[in-house]
Amino acid sequence: MTETPNLVAFTPERLEKVKEIIARYPEGRQKSALLPVLHVAQEQWGWLSSEVMDYVAGILSIEPVEVYEVATFYTMYHLDPVGKHVIEYCRTGPCCLMGGEDVYGHLKKKLGIDAGQTTTDGLFTLKEVECLAACGWGPVFQIREQFYMNLTNDKVDEIIEELSK
Amino acid sequence: MARKILTEHINVPGIETFDVYRKQGGYTAVEKAIKTMTPEAVVEEAKKSGVRGRGGAGFPMGMKWGFLAKPEGVPRYLVCNADESEPGTFKDHHLMKSIPHLLIEGMIISSFALGANKSFIYVRGELMYVIRILEKAIEEAKAKGFLGKNILGSGYDLELVVQPGGGAYICGEETALLESLEGKRGNPRNKPPFPAVKGLYQSPTVVNNVESIANMSWIINNGGDAYAAIGIGRSTGTKLISASGHIQKPGVYEIELGVSVEEFLNSDEYCGGIRKGHHLKALVAGGSSVPILPANLIMKTAAGEDRLMSYESLSDGGFATGTMLGSGGFIVFDETACIVRNTWNFSRFYHHESCGQCSPCREGTGWMEKVLHRIEHGHGSMHDIDLLVDISKKIEGNTICPLGDAAAWPVASAIRHFRDEFMWHITNPQEASQPGAVYQGEMALV
Repeated sequence: MTETPNLVAFTPERLEKVKEIIARYPEGRQKSALLPVLHVAQEQWGWLSSEVMDYVAGILSIEPVEVYEVATFYTMYHLDPVGKHVIEYCRTGPCCLMGGEDVYGHLKKKLGIDAGQTTTDGLFTLKEVECLAACGWGPVFQIREQFYMNLTNDKVDEIIEELSK
Repeated sequence: MARKILTEHINVPGIETFDVYRKQGGYTAVEKAIKTMTPEAVVEEAKKSGVRGRGGAGFPMGMKWGFLAKPEGVPRYLVCNADESEPGTFKDHHLMKSIPHLLIEGMIISSFALGANKSFIYVRGELMYVIRILEKAIEEAKAKGFLGKNILGSGYDLELVVQPGGGAYICGEETALLESLEGKRGNPRNKPPFPAVKGLYQSPTVVNNVESIANMSWIINNGGDAYAAIGIGRSTGTKLISASGHIQKPGVYEIELGVSVEEFLNSDEYCGGIRKGHHLKALVAGGSSVPILPANLIMKTAAGEDRLMSYESLSDGGFATGTMLGSGGFIVFDETACIVRNTWNFSRFYHHESCGQCSPCREGTGWMEKVLHRIEHGHGSMHDIDLLVDISKKIEGNTICPLGDAAAWPVASAIRHFRDEFMWHITNPQEASQPGAVYQGEMALV
């Protein structure tokens, strides 16, 4: 888990990236950068604490509440600390047709946690998500930018064991 | 072999790079449009092609372009809707990750046609790896002079921005997408004013789906008339179909509109038929929001004619005996699928994804999910079936955006065609709530 430091600031590289993002939009429309900048913030801190959201509001010259209302609306932003690997498991119809429910049951048993929880060693957080747009290759889950498709119980075991090393 | 407009080169090794894409004839349409055509002429080709919105609405793209207001001194925007999140639909995902330059090229041509100097591709945030692929492709195109200032020495400038979403199905609705692009919650706007008059930053804006835009390079190279000659009737051209569920070969297929459902489902060129040893029970032809049909009604229209993969044939019979082409999310159910469980699953999706702005949708989707949950888990009553129909009618047509309809149709259609299965769940609660239990009563299997 990543602790929020007392002094919240982007790393110099990320600050450059954030400036580049803000410059994509027309003058005075810097609020458009909010979603992309929150993704960058989450990349750095793992989750969005109120301190982080206040900091982002300052950078974009908008009110903190404008950040809170966006961060609470979109499911990809974590509002609580998460584990090293966030497993986003697709629970939607087409994946279920391909055995998604059974594999999900196996994954929960393997990790010893339920949806929304983090393993005691801080390695894995399990999140249920709606359709990941990979229905033909289901069951599927995503960890950060990596899709794991055509899942089976054995494949889940392999992935978890690999990531636990 | 059917003609391919979008996927002809999709399996060429390295096609995601500028050089390989260029070698396959890529970007010639940009050259042709920018060097030899006026923006009006490009719009005219789009109109002639008859290409319809491939995100699900099916509205003619050229006509939509024609509505764009052009006040003096006000910027205009093109926004590509790449927020694909309809269960059963994964064609845009496939297209963008495999052949990103096809979309970039389409964006340049379309932006030129509309007089937009800054255009956006709004991609669902879950596809961050696809966003990286698109950004790389944009960099390449820029380095080769196809994007940025003074494209190919024409004096035309275009900047292309890839915007990640934050994980909200509602942002696939065009006005919610614009709100999100402005850094807000994805709450759909009231229409009118339509985006063509007041869209992004209150400026005239066109929002088009990935697949619609990706058609533009072929249309410019071959002419709108050539595109319109493919397909059937007002369903012109080709369509990407995302096929999933109980079939031999799930995947994304490009069809010429007008092939029969039977051929698409059973031929080796496409789905390869139902899983071995099983029978077709039901089918959702156009993504989770469109009405589900039992096997007999999806293969033939009520008049007994072969059902075709086209906007008109699939919707033949209205919602009584027909469905919709929608986004082309083709979900196949064999006899092992429980319709009640699947309906509950879809209902949970719409409840989760409702933005909460309109009461009928916010309250109704959750109510339907709860009722379906109790039927599926052995606690339903006969009254619940009529209650579901009643709630669905109260949501449908009573919300700002079509998410309410999208939530109501799967439930209403499942009850319309599979009422006996719902009744079995209620009269045999213990048996029906066992994992994997499926109604074995009278079913029109094919």
